[in-house]
Formats: sequence, structure tokens, C-alpha cells
Amino acid sequence: MTVVLDVNWTVKWLTLCAQAMAEHRIELIELDRAIGDSDHGENMDRGFQAVLAKLDEATPETPGAALKMTAMTLMSKVGGAAGPLYGTAFLRAATAVGDAAEVEPAAWALALAAARDGIVARGKAEPGDKTMVDAWTPAVDAAREAADGGSPDLLSVLVAAAEAAEAGAVATDPLIARKGRASYLGERSAGHRDPGAVSTALILRAAVGAAA
Amino acid sequence: MSVSIVVVSHSEKIADGAVELAAQMAPDVVILPAGGTDDGRIGTSLEKVLAALEQALERAGGGGAVVITDLGSAVMTAESALEFMGDPPDAVLTDAPLVEGLVAAAVAAQGGADVQAVKRAAEAVRGPAGRPEPSLPEVVPEGPATGAAPKCSGDFELVNQAGMHARPAAKIAGGLASLDAEVTVNGVDGASMTALMMLAAGKGSVLHVEAWGADAERAVDYVGGLVQAGFGEP
Repeated sequence: MTVVLDVNWTVKWLTLCAQAMAEHRIELIELDRAIGDSDHGENMDRGFQAVLAKLDEATPETPGAALKMTAMTLMSKVGGAAGPLYGTAFLRAATAVGDAAEVEPAAWALALAAARDGIVARGKAEPGDKTMVDAWTPAVDAAREAADGGSPDLLSVLVAAAEAAEAGAVATDPLIARKGRASYLGERSAGHRDPGAVSTALILRAAVGAAA
Repeated sequence: MSVSIVVVSHSEKIADGAVELAAQMAPDVVILPAGGTDDGRIGTSLEKVLAALEQALERAGGGGAVVITDLGSAVMTAESALEFMGDPPDAVLTDAPLVEGLVAAAVAAQGGADVQAVKRAAEAVRGPAGRPEPSLPEVVPEGPATGAAPKCSGDFELVNQAGMHARPAAKIAGGLASLDAEVTVNGVDGASMTALMMLAAGKGSVLHVEAWGADAERAVDYVGGLVQAGFGEP
């Protein structure tokens, strides 16, 4: 059965995101305690639980509507810097997919790029600054490459993005933070994985789960 | 129709307190706090900021709104709120210290300044004019960047007991913000309330006012009138 990126997929993705944030809450807190203010796990869990509550209230009609609702909810409930950053990512993705009932794999790759561009515009971080951008950028590149292939199917685009984001998160270990709270630590931030890059990988991995 | 102001802070108490402080100097300006998260924690909330912005724009009746923020993610939340609203042209973000910038902005808005002038007033707080040496009237720089001689100038002796302090500085800066003129008072930016306060000019000091621009004459008359009337103080 071919998977399509429709509103059912989107709702399932967001549900799996919430599950992943709850499961990895402690891990994200520990990562953030080492180089930040230890609230990332708490904040992301609260944010996505609020998204779940919104989904219970009303089922969105399109993927774009679901993404926009998520943007609004994360920006309002997360509190820390991750709120406006992920909120902007979901908002830009929502704008990119418009009101389509089904999103083509190539269009989804573009939506991921729009999300990443939103994060960069909002947070002003560049690749190598040890932030979530270091997970997003390889994910966007990998998704585009997968979508550029002969007959792109959704699952291969989603898998490519998730794997690249996971590798990108691991690759933040040796980096010295130049943005966000961790940048105050300077060289002492090296040797720790960036929590924002990890939560990005979790979100993009959940997207694969939603297509399974 | 005057400019409204929205204060975005991580702390509800900071936002409320800053609004209370600024309202004392600008009683007619709509200043709305958007501090803390929805459930009263430290952080910022898009919903709170959106609600405050919408109300600010509505109550400004076309005058526009200026947003002033504290730390990093408050800026991001404010930017996101503007993006959500489709970047309304009459709403602008300022890059200014929260308390000093807000007071300067509120005073400028009270004086009838437009959105851009209110933004400038807030941002001028930490500009080069923010830390002047208390200068004597005779050591006055040549004028603004152009070096052109002022179109109009005047010297006025402070006659009120308290001399230059917050309220007189607010009156001068607020009034000048709405005029089409570049004004220096003893060499500092006349539209910057903090710069004026830092002149530390006491009773008997002479203020040397220089003005450039279309409203130069009105600007000098305005400052002179206020000083000679002792700012309405004993």
C-alpha cells in the first residue's frame, strides 16, 4: 500500500511526536542540563501534549491546517526558545503545503526546507553552531535528494530526512556552541549533544513511523 | 489616534511593572503587557502577544503599535506573532532595553510621535547620545553628522528648583519626537529622554539648544517655552 501524506498521516505524525517527547523527556532534560537550562524535555513534552489536546477538540481538515494549529500551540505552550523556533518551522511548512488535501513527496521536501529556513530566520543560527539547524540542514538536503530521484515515494523521503537528522544530531557532539544558552559555555559545550538537534531527529523519525 | 505599545517579557511581573512605570509618564498612551506563559510560568506566549497586539492595533485607531521585548526568545515570539498576523505594516519591533526603552517610547507616543518616531525614541536610549559627559553650554559640538550650522538655536536658563529630571526630560523628548527636526540640547539628542536626564543640569544651568530641519524654529521655541515656564514646576 502506498502511503500518502494526507491529514490522517499528519495527525498520526503529531501523535507520534507527542509520544516520542514523552518517552524521551528525561533524556532531553539531561542533555539540556549539561549545556543549557534543562527545560527542553519538559517544554517539548508540554508543547506536544497541548497539541494532542487540540487534536482531541477538533480534527483538522488538511495537513496544512494541522501544521498551523501545531505552530500556534507550540509557540504558546512551550515557553522557551524552542517554542518560537519549532512554531515557526511548522508555520512555514503549513504555508508551503497550502490547503492541499494530499502533499506530494517533492512538495514535502520543499516544506521541510521552508521549515528549516524559518528556524534560521528566527534563530539566526548557521550550520555548525551546535543547534537544531545542524539536524535540520542535512535532513532537508537528504529529503530533496530522495525526492529528486526517478519516482520518489513518500516513505523514502521521510526515511532519508530522519536518518540524516539523526546523523546530524550525533555530529553536534564535538561542536562548540555559538548560539543559544549553550554558547555561554564556550569550549565546555563540546562533548555534549545538542538537545534541539535531538528533538528535531525525534520529530523527523516520528514522521517515518506515521507512514509505517 | 496615537501609537500603542506592547511589552513582551518572560515574566508577567516585569511586563506589568514596566507598564505601570511607563503609564505614570504617559497616561494617555495604551500600553499593554504580554508577560509570562499562559499558565503563569516564566516564558513567553504567542497567544498573549497576539491578543495584546490585536488590541493595541485596534485601540491605536490606525496609529499603529510598537513592540518592546526583553530577552532572546521574547524577540522570537514577538516576530512570530507579527508573522502570524501577516506582518501588519503599522506594527514594528524595537531593539531597545526594556525599561528605559519603554519609558522613552511611551513619552514619545504621549507627545504624538508616529510609529517610526516612537521606535527611534526607544532605540535612542542606548545610542551614542546615551552616555554624554555632563557638558557645559560652551562646549557644544558642531552639530549632527552633516556638520552644517544649526538652522536655529537658543540658550535657556533652568529656573525650576529641581532643574532637569525625569518629567522635564520626558516633556522635552516627547514633544520633540513629533516634530520634523533634529535637535541637540547641550550636545545630546533632544529626543532622548535618558540623554537629557544624564545632562544632570541643575537650577541656573543654561541649556544650549540647536535645531536642524523643517521644524527647527518650532523645536527651539518649544524647548525654550518649557524651560522658561519652569516645566510648570516651582
